[in-house]
Amino acid sequence: MKARYLIPFVIFMAIMAIFVLGLYKMKEDPNFVRNVPSVLIDKPAPEIVLPDLFDQTKTVKSADLLGQVWLMNIWGTWCPECWREHGYLVHLAEREGVKIFGIDWRDDAEEAKAMLQQKGNPFVAVGFDPESRTAINWGVSGAPETFVIDKQGVIRWKHAGGITPQLWQEELKPLLQKLEQEQ
Amino acid sequence: MRRVLPLIVLLWPMLVFANIEAYRFDDPEKEARYHTLISELRCVVCVSQNIADSNAELAQDLRRQTYEMIQQGSSNEEIVTFMVQRYGDFVLYRPPLKPSTMLLWAGPFIIFGIGLIVLILFIRRRNQEPEVELSSEEHARAQSLLDNDK
Repeated sequence: MKARYLIPFVIFMAIMAIFVLGLYKMKEDPNFVRNVPSVLIDKPAPEIVLPDLFDQTKTVKSADLLGQVWLMNIWGTWCPECWREHGYLVHLAEREGVKIFGIDWRDDAEEAKAMLQQKGNPFVAVGFDPESRTAINWGVSGAPETFVIDKQGVIRWKHAGGITPQLWQEELKPLLQKLEQEQ
Repeated sequence: MRRVLPLIVLLWPMLVFANIEAYRFDDPEKEARYHTLISELRCVVCVSQNIADSNAELAQDLRRQTYEMIQQGSSNEEIVTFMVQRYGDFVLYRPPLKPSTMLLWAGPFIIFGIGLIVLILFIRRRNQEPEVELSSEEHARAQSLLDNDK
């Protein structure tokens, strides 16, 4: 009955295996911890009223997009993943006709404008949110994060982390097509 | 000085728990509520920190949000509800007891129970084992080993 003494060792190895798997998952997708289902799914999207990044005497409003399917994308020039996904957002806006409402979060307005000038501007409007007002209202914990809002103004999907071609093909594109069919 | 210095050095790490910004309250009761709330709300971008202890930018903004809501006369429940509606039960360091959090609340007791059962079975089995009888040969050997030790 020597095998009895191996039991604690086997339990220990099983726990280690779980940790190792977790680490590998984190390596694949650093945001998987943040990608718990948002409580805001199927809830009305909080209204956005923010100063316009390009002219802070004006405001941009999410109400202008009611009746359309649109994406809310929160980003900042301080966020490396936002730089990585930016080119693809431009592609989606120009080639796929996706409407993206941008929130420039806790950022320097001049740097943000320079980035859009240099890399292209995929946004129909950009709100400037230096005090996390909209970020908190939308339960945002990091950047980039992307939400899908349907024609009724309800949040239907949320993703923490960059938008990739794979994600677009597998999840986002079919979802947007489905939502476009809805009334 | 020599007596005070170690004390200062010992208290130094306490600074970690000090917030950068200091909010003014018109009412000490509000201030007390503020400190209770920020110590019970989790910093959603940090690991194992409440928003009182974190210097993350989002934590600063969540403290300001809490401060503003208190100053505007919101109750503790209203503020907690506001946070949970946006960030889910994850923001609470004391999550409510409901089906999805049952394992969280009951887990430690279940693990303790399993440990207790294993312990009881182990002790019982040991008590049932017959005592080992030594032969006279073994007795002599044990005696000589003990004598050698002296």
